[in-house]
Parts: sequence; C-alpha cells; structure tokens
Amino acid sequence: MRRTTRRRIRRGVLYLVFAAAVAAVVLAADWDRIRANFLQPDVARAQLPEIITIAAKNTILFTVISFSGGLVLGIVLALMKLSTVAPYRWLAIAYIELFRGLPALLTIFAMAYVLPIAFQVHVPGGTIGAGLLALILVAAAYMAESIRAGIQGVPKGQTEAARSLGMSAGRTMLSIVLPQAFRIVIPPLTNEFVLLIKDTSLLFIAGSTLQNKEITTFARDGVINSNNSTPLVMAAMLYLLITIPLTRLVAVLERRLGRSR
Amino acid sequence: MPLTGVAAIEVAGLHKSFGDLEVLRGVDLTVEPGQVVCVIGPSGSGKSTLLRCVNRLEEPTSGEIRVEGIDILDPEIDVDRVRARIGMVFQQFNLFPHLTVLSNLTIAQRRVLGRSKRDAVEVARHNLARVGLMDKVAAYPAHLSGGQQQRVAIARALSMDPDMMLFDEPTSALDPELVGDVLDVMRDLARSGMTMMVVTHEMGFAREVGDQMIFMDDGVIVESGRPRDVLSDPRHARTRAFLSKVL
Ligand SMILES: Nc1ncnc2c1ncn2[C@@H]1O[C@H](COP(=O)(O)OP(=O)(O)OP(=O)(O)O)[C@@H](O)[C@H]1O
Ligand SMILES: [Mg+2]
Repeated sequence: MRRTTRRRIRRGVLYLVFAAAVAAVVLAADWDRIRANFLQPDVARAQLPEIITIAAKNTILFTVISFSGGLVLGIVLALMKLSTVAPYRWLAIAYIELFRGLPALLTIFAMAYVLPIAFQVHVPGGTIGAGLLALILVAAAYMAESIRAGIQGVPKGQTEAARSLGMSAGRTMLSIVLPQAFRIVIPPLTNEFVLLIKDTSLLFIAGSTLQNKEITTFARDGVINSNNSTPLVMAAMLYLLITIPLTRLVAVLERRLGRSR
Repeated sequence: MPLTGVAAIEVAGLHKSFGDLEVLRGVDLTVEPGQVVCVIGPSGSGKSTLLRCVNRLEEPTSGEIRVEGIDILDPEIDVDRVRARIGMVFQQFNLFPHLTVLSNLTIAQRRVLGRSKRDAVEVARHNLARVGLMDKVAAYPAHLSGGQQQRVAIARALSMDPDMMLFDEPTSALDPELVGDVLDVMRDLARSGMTMMVVTHEMGFAREVGDQMIFMDDGVIVESGRPRDVLSDPRHARTRAFLSKVL
C-alpha cells in the first residue's frame, strides 16, 4: 500500500471514532433532565438583565483594574529584577516567589480579612477593594517574569544606539526598550488577562453585595435561589463571550504589529 | 583646524580589561578637528573597544580620554551630554524597529536636545536628503535594504549635529553591491569637514579619504601614519603580515 493511501485510511478511521464518541454521548445523555436542570427559559429570564448589567460588567471592570494595576507593578518589579543594585533584585525575587507560590484565594482572603485585623490597614473600597488589591499583587508577580524576559529579548544594540545619541538610561528604557519588549510580551500578557478574567471569580470570598457580584458569584447565588443550574450555563456562555473575541482580537493585533518589524 | 588648537579626541595610556582579558594595553591617539582617522587590525585586536571607550559605551580601566579638551572620564561629567556631541554608527545599524525613519531621526533631537517637533522634522528631512533617502521618511526600518538602513543610521546620528562621528565597520554587514552607497555618504561627510574615526576593512576608502591610518594588534597601536604610506610601505612586520592577508 502507498504511504498516502495508508495515511488517508488512518484519518478516515479517526473520523469514525470521533463520530461514534459524539453519538454515544448524545444517546447516553438524558435530554429531558438536562433541559430541566440546565436550560430552563424561565430561570434564565429571571437572571436578566442583571447578569449582564451588573455581573458581566463587574467581571470586566475587576479584570481591567487588576490587569492595569498588575501591569504597572509588574514593570516596576521587572526593572527591579534587572537592577544592578542587588537588594532590589532580592526584593523582587522574594516578592515574585511569594505571590506566585501562594494560592490567589489565600492572598485575597488575607488582604480582605487578616490585614485589617492584624495591622489595622484598611484598603479603600472595603473588602472587595482589598480583594482587588490582592489580585493586582498576584497578577504583578506573574507579569513581572514575562516583562523581564521581554526586556531582555530586546537586542543590546538598541540600548547602545539610544545611549550613543545621548538618551539617559530612563529615557532609553521608556522610549526604546519597553515599546519593543511590549511586543514580545503581548502573547504571555494576553494569557495573563484571560487567567485574570477567571480569577475574578475568586473575589466571592471577599464578600459581595448585589452591586459588586461578578459572573460566578452572581450565577452561584442564582443557582441557590432558583434551585436550578441554568444560571451556570449562562455564566459559562458569558465567560466565553468575553474571552474568545479577546484572544481573537489579540491575534489580529499581533499580526498587525508583526508587519512593522 | 581652529586656532584654539584643541584636539577633537585625545586618548592617552588607555587600558581596558574584561575580567582577566586585557583588550586595550596602553593606547595613545590624537584626532585633530576635521581629520578622518581609519582604524584597521585583525579581529579581536580591540578596535571596537577603543571606539566604544571614546563615547564611554565601555568604561575604560585606566587612562585618559579628552573630547574637545574635556576629560570625559571625570565622574562629575554628564556623559549623556558628551555622547550627544559624538555620533556613532554601528555595524548592525541598530535602527529602532518600532519607529518610522522620521521618528528614528527626531526622537533624540526632541528628547535630548529639546528641539521642537517642527525643528526636529526639518533637521531630519535635511539629513535624509543628504543620504539620498528623502522618499523613505514614513517607512519602517524593516522595509529598507541594509544599505538604506545604514544610511538612515548615519542621518540619525547627523541629526544631533555632532562635532564628530565614530563608525564601527559600517559596511561589514552589507551585501557588496550596497557598500558603495554608504561609502559615498561617508566620503561626502568627510569632505564637508566632519571629524571621523572609522574602523573599516575598506582599504580603498581609507586610502582616498583618510588623513591618518592606525593599525592595531593585540590591544596596542602598532603603526600609524598617512594611509598611503601604511598601506604601500608598512614599517612593521605585523602590519605587513596583516595587509598581505586582507589586500
Ligand atoms: N563585553 C565584553 N566582555 C568580554 N570580552 C569582550 C567584550 N567585548 C569585547 N570583548 C573581547 O575583547 C577583545 C577585543 O574585542 P573588540 O570587539 O574590541 O575587537 P575588534 O578589533 O573590534 O574585532 P572585530 O574585528 O572582530 O570586530 C575580543 O577578544 C573580545 O572577545
Ligand atoms: Mg569590532
């Protein structure tokens, strides 16, 4: 048998297996129960419009806040880690190890409840503000590593050219190195953004009033109140509605930026 | 040469080590204003390191460097202001890939010299015309040939109105057919009276344009003189050996 023929047969078999698996799931599933538990139009209608106007809005808002804060702090940490002054490096390394090592949930809990009691520190915005601050701290630790790699990925000749034109070290970093590092860093930062969208669901532990519920908390309360799981399905759809266009958008952006290289 | 008689570049007893490796082992050198000094020598002899010490991209281990009479190794000196007066052109061009040609030429004018946008653009256009690339103002570096990139790099350095220019093998990374355009630009620049230090393997260019030729080997200047003399009648055996290999 020729190699191409054999490959075609193998692919055909794989398609058959896939079709059989799908058929098995569809046949085995109890569609009436699924519809009753997960796809109830009445329950769905009861979630609207708040699941969008409040919950989805909060998820996006919390993500943007913790991403922006994390980005700024992450740049500072990356620069500290690349500093020629050793104590700055140690501080940055300790910070990054600490906040990457701890579960985000624990950090949120600590910021929201332990800090105010132990140190009398009160973050503006109450416990949800403290929870957001925790997310910023955690995001910064993850982003710092990507940003550091991005900065180091910019060729040394770029710094030398800028310095030889008389630019200061700070100006060189700001105008020449960081913009180029940013392009290198777009894929890992997108990844971090998507992870943060999902991590905002951990904010439930910081307590929630109706006004600051995000998608997961809102849907969980919806499940409890209606004794039906339809809100979970809605939550899942909302997350995908946010994350999929976002990753597509960044892919386009990346291709655009790649052109000026 | 101005009557003041201050040398453009004066290097005395320059030493530079990288760890245990002593790369410059006592270099003395004077470049007068308006002079073109060509530096030749085998790979690893310290040519780039010498050039990079002159604008302190490398910190010398010991010795003295004066630029227009000012001791640039003085810890009190603002090295950024010294560098703004010394243009540098690299083998690998090092254009800023995220900026257009025009922005490559204006960014340091604006950020370092504090020129207005209008003035900076005017100076940039003038210098682009000088290197024959007026039509590339809006292009990104990636869309230019190597020869065009190097000419933009020269125009970028010139836009700072430097008093002198350092060239580190400006044509070594170019395809042979692109070398000529870059050398033409450098020749015009030399004729206009620019003080230049040029590390190069282009012996024809050095012979035609150079006022002084320096042969370096193993971290010291072995021989220096008028290019035609050094090239056709080298006094030292090491110079002869090197030239017989490259000519
Ligand atoms: N940053 C550095 N760290 C360690 N060693 C270095 C560094 N820069 C240069 N050297 C070494 O110093 C020596 C001289 O280097 P330099 O670049 O000045 O030589 P060159 O004459 O310009 O050679 P080429 O013709 O190959 O460019 C070489 O042995 C090189 O490996
Ligand atoms: Mg070199």
